[in-house]
Amino acid sequence: MHTTSPRFKTNAHEALDDAKLQRALGNVPKGFIAKRKKVADALPEFEALRDASRDIKSHTLKHLDLYLEAYEKKVIASGGHVHWAESAADARAIILDICRKANARTITKGKSMISEEIGLNDHLAANGIVPVETDLGEYIIQMRGEHPSHIIAPAIHVNKDEVEADFRRVHTHLDPARDLTEPTSLLAEARGELRAKFLAADVGLTGANFLVAETGTSVIVTNEGNGDLTQILPKTHIVLASLEKIVPTLNDLSQLLRVLARSATGQEMSVYTTLSTGPKRSGDPDGPENYHVVLLDNGRSSMLGSEFEEMLRCIRCGACMNHCPVYHAVGGHAYGWVYPGPMGSVLTPSLIGVDKAGHLPNASTFCGRCESVCPVRIPLPKLMRNWREREFERHLTPSVQRRGLSVWATLATRPRLYRLVTRLAARSLALLGRGKGRFRKLPLAGGWTDFRDFPAPEGETFHAAWAKREKAGREKTGRKETGPKGAGA
Amino acid sequence: MPAPRRARPAPHACGAPHDRVLRRPPASPAARPRVALFVTCLVDLFRPTVGFAAVKLLEDAGCSVEVPAAQTCCGQPAFNSGDRRDARAIAEGVIAAFEGYDFVVVPSGSCGGMIKKHYPELFTGDPSWALRAERLAAKTFELVSFLTDVLGVETVTAGFPGSVTYHDSCSGLRELGIMAQPRALLASVDGLEIREMRDPDVCCGFGGTFCVKYGEISAAIVTKKAAAITETGAGTLLAGDLGCLMNMAGKLMRDGAEVKVRHVAEVLAGMADGPAIGEPRR
Repeated sequence: MHTTSPRFKTNAHEALDDAKLQRALGNVPKGFIAKRKKVADALPEFEALRDASRDIKSHTLKHLDLYLEAYEKKVIASGGHVHWAESAADARAIILDICRKANARTITKGKSMISEEIGLNDHLAANGIVPVETDLGEYIIQMRGEHPSHIIAPAIHVNKDEVEADFRRVHTHLDPARDLTEPTSLLAEARGELRAKFLAADVGLTGANFLVAETGTSVIVTNEGNGDLTQILPKTHIVLASLEKIVPTLNDLSQLLRVLARSATGQEMSVYTTLSTGPKRSGDPDGPENYHVVLLDNGRSSMLGSEFEEMLRCIRCGACMNHCPVYHAVGGHAYGWVYPGPMGSVLTPSLIGVDKAGHLPNASTFCGRCESVCPVRIPLPKLMRNWREREFERHLTPSVQRRGLSVWATLATRPRLYRLVTRLAARSLALLGRGKGRFRKLPLAGGWTDFRDFPAPEGETFHAAWAKREKAGREKTGRKETGPKGAGA
Repeated sequence: MPAPRRARPAPHACGAPHDRVLRRPPASPAARPRVALFVTCLVDLFRPTVGFAAVKLLEDAGCSVEVPAAQTCCGQPAFNSGDRRDARAIAEGVIAAFEGYDFVVVPSGSCGGMIKKHYPELFTGDPSWALRAERLAAKTFELVSFLTDVLGVETVTAGFPGSVTYHDSCSGLRELGIMAQPRALLASVDGLEIREMRDPDVCCGFGGTFCVKYGEISAAIVTKKAAAITETGAGTLLAGDLGCLMNMAGKLMRDGAEVKVRHVAEVLAGMADGPAIGEPRR
């Protein structure tokens, strides 16, 4: 997928100026946060489950080669095929090849962020195969020619009235006078439109929330049932998943499922949790005849053993972005690639390069709310800081910032000089700001004063005032202390 | 050395709101913990009142307070900008200056968190410095957390006529677990009413250098925070971190809001009679 991450600041500016988007983003904290909190609070072992989930994923990553091979064997034994894709281009080529062999004209798709990552839809369309997104959110954004702005709620940036307008624009064969004021009427219309497409599809492609090594099973969790229709009705089912989706056993799966929906949507379980193992067996009433798994690396194996390995624990619940003040402000598209929010700010530089995605790990206040809700306890601020260190080492940090830091560090390691400079700075700023107590404009501080006033210092530094107090105290030895007065009071 | 648990004085019942009880130091000076105050660069430069309020609170609680002269900044700007080498150089200076005391107390969750949580990780792979960093981390505390969690202080003897709302600064809240402590002490302030804002645990948008590097996003975040603050109708906003306070004060003033902004220590120490943050000096 094309990236606009290098122009993050411009993207963010445009997002902040977009009244419709801001209205839609207002719904993010309202819905997700309270629901997650409610189900997390209701489960006494929730924190222990987070620990267990972290440990399961960490263990799996330590032995990923072993579990991947075990998984592959099981898939083959159940009659399926496993394809290893080192790059996005490899994955696209493999999927196109499967589709061609199936003489596919249309392919239905369950929600898959990996499919966004490899730019699958454009590639299929360019080769004469029509991709049909069947998740409601994905259906809406495909109609709008957009990309997901959230990993589990891809159309969260779209308002209801915009969806209505899109449906009227695209579904021209329906009665123009129909009533679409209720959200349920939009849902019913999408369902009606998609039903025929499910039945006509030659290939169904889904992502995977988990792959179980013990059984060779792929697992999806959905709320709409579209995933099941996508993978059961067509003759060929393709599972597109990245390497780190592996978990060792069904028992591990059940633990992770307990934190996933709670962290994501605040449900105890998603409406549908679907496990598929291989193609239809003789005697099965339904299921695909051909079952393919495409395992994508695309840079992930190079994260193993690195300081970013912990990022591969991510189970894509979206809790980090749901709780992120920066995401709430600018939305997902501003991040400029597939994965937004804190998880994207760590993962994107790993996958497309920190030279392109350098803004993302910097555009964080390090408030730590993401880490505090992550179901697998990924230390997201720490990993973002690791990226800042890589940038600093490679001289990708803006030179103004580097010079500023260097001057600051020179002073901060020389306390006497530091005292002198701060004393002068405090005095002169206080003198300049006298009368008002604050500045509406300050040279070189436009990033601050364009948006808020800058409070003036009290005048004397603490250390200067303290030195005076100490001196006075020594002179008055023996006298009872009367309690310190504030230096600036 | 373990901190002596001090008996609490009876709540101060009489007199005007600004009356304060002067508490005598404990009988044996040897039993008083030697506390080094890490002032923080922002308090030093912008608001010494906070430093003196911290000193008063610590002395009232029976500590012997010293201010090591070799302190500057905790190194967080360098650390969070990816400049690990300078961050370490600054941290080494702090460790050397502060490791000889019983406790290090910081009137900031952010700088406190830097020393307590991040110094040890700054020196991973350097056993001798890592050990010193861990020892320092173990005896370093944010001010309000030190008073309550370590010294067992339950009440203060200050008065403050009016309503306040309290913002939980991120590092204090999520790195150091500070949430109930300031509210408990504020509840003991004569005449003070706490009005909780919605989402007090959501970031104000300061984020250190973030607020100037991404000023526009920072402004969008503090706009929401300012709305949550003014909705409470409280006369004063309190928090435990001067960076966040300057950010929120700057926004509230730009918008012409009437809310005064102060560090929580000023109110707890009964030193909230001077100009609030960003107010002209009288």
